[in-house]
Amino acid sequence: MTTRTHVFAATALTLALAPGLAAAPASAQSRDQIRAVGSSTVFPFTTAVAEAFGKTGKFKTPVVESTGTGGGLKLFCAGVGPAHPDIANASRRIKKSEIDQCAANGVTTMTELKIGYDGIALASSKKAAPVSLSTVVLWKALAKEVPVNGALVANPYRLWSDIDPSLPKTAIEVLGPPPTSGTRDTFNELAMLEGCRKVAEVAKAVPDEKAHERACMTIREDGAYVEAGENDNLIVQKLTANPNAFGVFGYSYLDQNRDTLQAARMDGVELTAETVAAGKYELARPLYIYVKNAHAGVIPGIREFVGEYTSERALGDDGYLVDKGLIPEPKALREAARVEAVNLTPLQF
Amino acid sequence: MTDLVEQDVAAVTPSPSPSSSPAKSRLRSEAFARRLRARHAAERRFRLAGAAAVALAALILVLLLGSIVAKGASAFLETRIRLEVTLDPAEVADRNYTALLRRALYAQFPQVTDRAGRRVLNDLLSSGAPYELEAMVARDPALVGTTRTVWVRADDQIDQLVKGGYRRDLPESERGLSDAKVAATDALLASGALAQGFNTTLFTAGDSREPEQAGIGGAIVGSLLTLLVTMALSVPVGISAAVYLEEFAPKNRWTDLIEVNINNLAAVPSIIFGLLGLAVFLGFFGMPRSAPLVGGLVMALMTLPVIIIASRVALKAVPPSIREAALGIGASPLQTVLHHVLPLAMPGILTGTIIGMARALGETAPLLMIGMVAFIVDIPHGLTDSATVLPVQIYMWADSPERAFTERTSAAILILLGVLILLNGAAVILRKIFERRW
Repeated sequence: MTTRTHVFAATALTLALAPGLAAAPASAQSRDQIRAVGSSTVFPFTTAVAEAFGKTGKFKTPVVESTGTGGGLKLFCAGVGPAHPDIANASRRIKKSEIDQCAANGVTTMTELKIGYDGIALASSKKAAPVSLSTVVLWKALAKEVPVNGALVANPYRLWSDIDPSLPKTAIEVLGPPPTSGTRDTFNELAMLEGCRKVAEVAKAVPDEKAHERACMTIREDGAYVEAGENDNLIVQKLTANPNAFGVFGYSYLDQNRDTLQAARMDGVELTAETVAAGKYELARPLYIYVKNAHAGVIPGIREFVGEYTSERALGDDGYLVDKGLIPEPKALREAARVEAVNLTPLQF
Repeated sequence: MTDLVEQDVAAVTPSPSPSSSPAKSRLRSEAFARRLRARHAAERRFRLAGAAAVALAALILVLLLGSIVAKGASAFLETRIRLEVTLDPAEVADRNYTALLRRALYAQFPQVTDRAGRRVLNDLLSSGAPYELEAMVARDPALVGTTRTVWVRADDQIDQLVKGGYRRDLPESERGLSDAKVAATDALLASGALAQGFNTTLFTAGDSREPEQAGIGGAIVGSLLTLLVTMALSVPVGISAAVYLEEFAPKNRWTDLIEVNINNLAAVPSIIFGLLGLAVFLGFFGMPRSAPLVGGLVMALMTLPVIIIASRVALKAVPPSIREAALGIGASPLQTVLHHVLPLAMPGILTGTIIGMARALGETAPLLMIGMVAFIVDIPHGLTDSATVLPVQIYMWADSPERAFTERTSAAILILLGVLILLNGAAVILRKIFERRW
């Protein structure tokens, strides 16, 4: 009995104390590891660069968090010093209000690097006649509720020609990714929300900002939009079988299947790497990273990391980021961006 | 399992054993027989429903575990390619290990000379293979200049093909893997230059975007460090608080208030503790993001109420006669608690502690706020290094599009489940060994 008791007391004491010695508090610290936060769209690209950068062996592998663009910029702008991240990933340009917030917290200089684009293709079989769509047409074709005479009603459109007489007299059928997919998020934001914002009646019918957004991004469930799972190959098969249907893809996938697929023009603009880079094609958005200049030279490896990000082996036409779905800028622009980025030329507003 | 249920059912419905009743002859009326039949039917239905509920639960468990095991088992094997690498001193000095590996691979396919064909061959090797070779040379510099047989990691697509992850009967366009790669893989398989072995990478490596190089080593170390901090804080504080509240504290409005608050805290959603950690530990104390130290502190706050409640219950279960006897022969109240009450309550306290730790091990929500849900490659070496934990690693892999991550996700789940079973098993064993009955 007593021995057991003592064993117990001893065990309890060791359990309690031994690790306690290790838990020495660490206060304001220096940091030898780059930290990046921000957009979940840029996350796969920045992590790929981080890993390649870490493998060079000179620096620790950067830590990348996926917090969303807004949350990332908020952390990024919270101050200068090792407690704050060095790099923010963003799927849109930084806003004036965010720059002001940054400045208020002492983050006065930062470098902007446009790494490339994230784009959506609305593709059909090569057998179909080429068409030109727009975000408004897409929204009207796919929204759950559309305005008729000023009130939102269940989507009445069955044929593309119901929306615009110049469009073909074929049933609306779009095969697209399920809500869990990142492509669907991009599609919702670039096509549905943008198209909806151009329809003034919606804002009038639903004045509340949040509800408005929800009304814009709710896709109809009566069979016109078919959730086709994550298997892009299956969508291609179905598009070949039904030339009247459209499929929603990421740009890189379309690019690899140009032999069987054609992309619909958006407002008359064809989908090519050039129109995307020129900002003419609507269903694409630029992706950025922001680097805190004050941290260069303090946190080791920031310049080298930016160098890796802009290197041809990452961003080039055969680079590993392109394999992961990024649309790179044309070569001349890339070169210029690389020089600016590596020199940490501050962003001017 | 059904036996257990039947016993339970019998225990909760103390109806008399029906058919063998000696009073049978007196109770022959039509109405009685009907009521009896109805009661027996009701009991049968109840037992059936109970058995069905247990069977359903067991079936779901088997399905869940079955699907995880079926998906995850193959992740414990990895595919490697055998190459005869000549470690040319000039190339080694240049650190051009990729060229060395590729040259050795081309030598196995003398008929492939065109660029496209060679690119297919390049893709057979993992992008981490040159680093493996580099590490090998770094360990033994005498290798330079010799020709060695090395087994390097194959690309995850090849690994999946060998494991049957791609359907060979589908046409090339639907398979997602080119015919050329399949043919090259088959040629390597036929010559014995492609083999599967135990996947040590899965246990030793940190995270990676390339499935074949990804492992849970970093996450396991991170979980361990986090749990150490959690335990170091919550166990002594929790037990002390429970002992004070149970044995020494006066019963008044204040201790009642504290008790209500502790019970409430035990039911607070874990994400709230994450927000608290963000505001207090990161914001006020300026601790580093993603550090196991902060994760452990947050988890400690989360498990503290659980441990206090379990410890108080265990202390309450020690009969007052023990205390009275100790006090009666002259022990001080402190001696009574430390020498007699606490050791007797220890099995219950330990059980509560281990269950609390198991909960902390499986938690991700509070870690989201303090930056431990992140892509972290390097394995942490201290409490302030960036780290992630096992469940977070599972979540991040489940989110990755590469199909080889599907099996790794399941494998990581299996390992986490294994650790949890070990912990819970330890709780059961400790209770059995030190249990006292009065």
